[in-house]
Amino acid sequence: MNQQAFIPVEKLKKNFQEFIPGLREKDAMDEANRCLYCYDAPCIKACPTGINIPSFIKKIASGNMKGSARAIMEANPVGASCARVCPTSELCEGACVLNHASSPIMIGQLQRYATDWAMKNDVALFHKGESNGKTVAIIGGGPAGLSAARELARLGYKVTIYESKAQTGGLNTYGIVSFRLPQQIALWEVEQVEKLGVTILTGMTVGKNIQVEEIINGYDYVVLAVGLGNVPDLGIEGEELDGVYDAIQLVEDTKTKSLETISLGKRVVVIGAGNTAIDAATCSHRLGAEQVTIMYRRTEDEMTAYDFEYEFAKQEGIEFRWLVTPVRIIGDERGKVTALACVRMKLGEPDASGRPRPVRIEGSEFTVEVDSVIKAIGQNKLLPLVQSFGVEHVRGVIKVNGNNQTSNPKIFAAGDCIFGLGNAEAMVVDAAEQGKKAAYGIHKAYMSTRTEVLA
Amino acid sequence: MADLRINLGGIQAPNPFWLASAPPTNTGYQVERAFEAGWGGAVWKTLGDPIINVTSRFAGLKYNGQTVGFNNIELITDRPLEVNLKEMKEVKRKFPNHALVASLMMEPNREKWHELVKAVEDVGVDGLELNFGCPHGMAERGMGSAVGQQPELVQQQTEWVKEVAQTPVIVKLTPNITDIRYTARAAKQGGADAVSMINTINSLMGVDIDTWNPIPHVDGKGAHGGYCGPAVKPIALNMVAECARDSQVNLPISGIGGISNWRDVVEFMLMGSSSIQVCTAAMLYGFRIVEDMIEGLSHYLDERGIESVMDIVGKSVPRYSEWGNLNLNYKVVARIDEQSCINCNRCHIACEDTSHQCIDIVQMENGGEKLVVREEDCVGCNLCSIVCPIEDCITMVEIPTGQPPLTWRERTALMNSAQ
Repeated sequence: MNQQAFIPVEKLKKNFQEFIPGLREKDAMDEANRCLYCYDAPCIKACPTGINIPSFIKKIASGNMKGSARAIMEANPVGASCARVCPTSELCEGACVLNHASSPIMIGQLQRYATDWAMKNDVALFHKGESNGKTVAIIGGGPAGLSAARELARLGYKVTIYESKAQTGGLNTYGIVSFRLPQQIALWEVEQVEKLGVTILTGMTVGKNIQVEEIINGYDYVVLAVGLGNVPDLGIEGEELDGVYDAIQLVEDTKTKSLETISLGKRVVVIGAGNTAIDAATCSHRLGAEQVTIMYRRTEDEMTAYDFEYEFAKQEGIEFRWLVTPVRIIGDERGKVTALACVRMKLGEPDASGRPRPVRIEGSEFTVEVDSVIKAIGQNKLLPLVQSFGVEHVRGVIKVNGNNQTSNPKIFAAGDCIFGLGNAEAMVVDAAEQGKKAAYGIHKAYMSTRTEVLA
Repeated sequence: MADLRINLGGIQAPNPFWLASAPPTNTGYQVERAFEAGWGGAVWKTLGDPIINVTSRFAGLKYNGQTVGFNNIELITDRPLEVNLKEMKEVKRKFPNHALVASLMMEPNREKWHELVKAVEDVGVDGLELNFGCPHGMAERGMGSAVGQQPELVQQQTEWVKEVAQTPVIVKLTPNITDIRYTARAAKQGGADAVSMINTINSLMGVDIDTWNPIPHVDGKGAHGGYCGPAVKPIALNMVAECARDSQVNLPISGIGGISNWRDVVEFMLMGSSSIQVCTAAMLYGFRIVEDMIEGLSHYLDERGIESVMDIVGKSVPRYSEWGNLNLNYKVVARIDEQSCINCNRCHIACEDTSHQCIDIVQMENGGEKLVVREEDCVGCNLCSIVCPIEDCITMVEIPTGQPPLTWRERTALMNSAQ
């Protein structure tokens, strides 16, 4: 029997508000003044988009807030979101030279301070370029697609984004928990791109609302930035039961539906230990679940979630059960989840990913009572969609050259749909950089055709 | 514990820490609070014909969030002389061993000077300080720095005071002058027992870039003020040192200008100050700052086995000279400690862009980088050690040149004789 967790609506709303406060003015000024303004700074090299970090920080210190926000957004069109979701301790802040002397500069927080200023003051940071008459269709309005669109618009291309969802922004809008990244931040970034004259068509699913041929024939260039699909099936009995959730879908629900309509019950098990699993677990906790457990078939050492995400989950009271894998989801006569049958694992020889292969321990099966099971074991590649564009791919991962160009010279690709086949999760900031690269790839291709004409 | 008592031209005090004539010494209430906090002396805010002040008087210069400079357009006391005298008498009764000095300003009239001197000495002050330094407001009326900028007026008015004064007379000098030694010598000629310096420097603190008003402004208009605070310390220290090493001045000095802690005090005393005066630091943090000054100075002296603070007065003066007396054969070069270096590359870019291009960023086999000084190209300018954020990471190391000391003066003389 699913026991309903009760939590007042006001508390629910509060639980999903951004939980890390932004810097106050004095904090920001003190921190900005603490930056050493390194020459050839390692933080810049550690940023996948190469933001000139010492420069944007000194601009905060001098009161040039517009310049600061511009320096950030110039290098990273989703810089406001990245200020909140980047694993800074593994990137810029991890590289800060002050790690060797005191404590690193709070680069992420300063980036948020500057971009928050831009958001609040509604200033135009960029302008569209003079039209060159060329058109580009971008499939997917997530971080990679937006980033490509922004750069192409500045270079003078007429850009149209096709987005299947009701709103643009992709993962930033739908896939990251609100208490870490409020939706309005992602939507502000979308708005910045739209203001450069980019046409955004939402609710457009390729193959349904528009055909691949129309896109390929209707535009001079195409950028595939389609991202990834749903969480794959666990491949066990009982997945169709009421109470089994897809982690990505659950996070999306918390960002699009009234929170009080999402009912997970008191006992929740999340399968997987990546960042999405952490998001699903902390979401469940904040929705009122009393006992939230993350189950992972390997151990703490192999989990892909960032350290700070892991710490955050532990602070939220999430339990971790290592070396356990589900074998069967059990439901009642009404088709509602009641329990999860699991088996214990041990680590064996390394697999293709280099991590030890988990091996079942025979006879170790046990059952736990649960109200909901959330799957968070990665995301499916959008194989049929990729195939429909006829570009070369490896198991759904689109192959591109150094200019992000696919096997079809007029089609470029960026973001999650080109990221490797390993298990490591790609970052939003990588997608932003890929988007820029795809835009420059197109511009390079176009310029080379012009040179030929001139010659 | 070392003896902190001092003697400035006959004025005794339990320690060298005096409050300068300024807003902190405006009333008996304030001076009593200061003495209770530990200050050894106070120069009362300048007495004279009471004036009317404007509102909006001070401004601060901030750098990285800290106030490093300060200026003001406040004038001398705006309270009647008899009120000040009554309070001074009361303070002296309560604190007989502390140095209470009256700062005076008067129009250039011998009789009026005589009257004022007699009146303040009647209440039992330990000394007089003649304010020939105030650069704003009073100067327009022929007083303050209007006197201090003309050696003959300094000498004349000092003489007038000395004609009747029973207590030691300190002449406070303005820095708004080309060479302060000339007015210091004039004070000596006039019979002064000591000089104090520096008064504040002519300054415009800033312009409000939104309203375009000067800072501070009075109803939309501004006028130059007097600049002080940590930013003026090097200017003050040089003027103290120049007077200290001038045989024609040869007077005890009370050092003033940006002194904020005991380290500054030691520096001013080493360069010839027998007492020091503080204003800005007290205005920014309150009288309580003296506690660390007393303790820090005591520890400094105790650690070196120095029995009396007076023993350090002037000890660095012989080491201060002119450029022409510096050894041309002395060579230092920068050395970077790899262990403490954090690779911010500030030394590299500073040297590369603005000095002598002798610090290389060298790639190491392990993929890291290190900073290396090409010593043969290093001119020993110190810039890298100044920009380095890590204490003692870059040191300037003496390199023996194998040549005897040779100054520019000696070299010139040698060359002339060779010809």
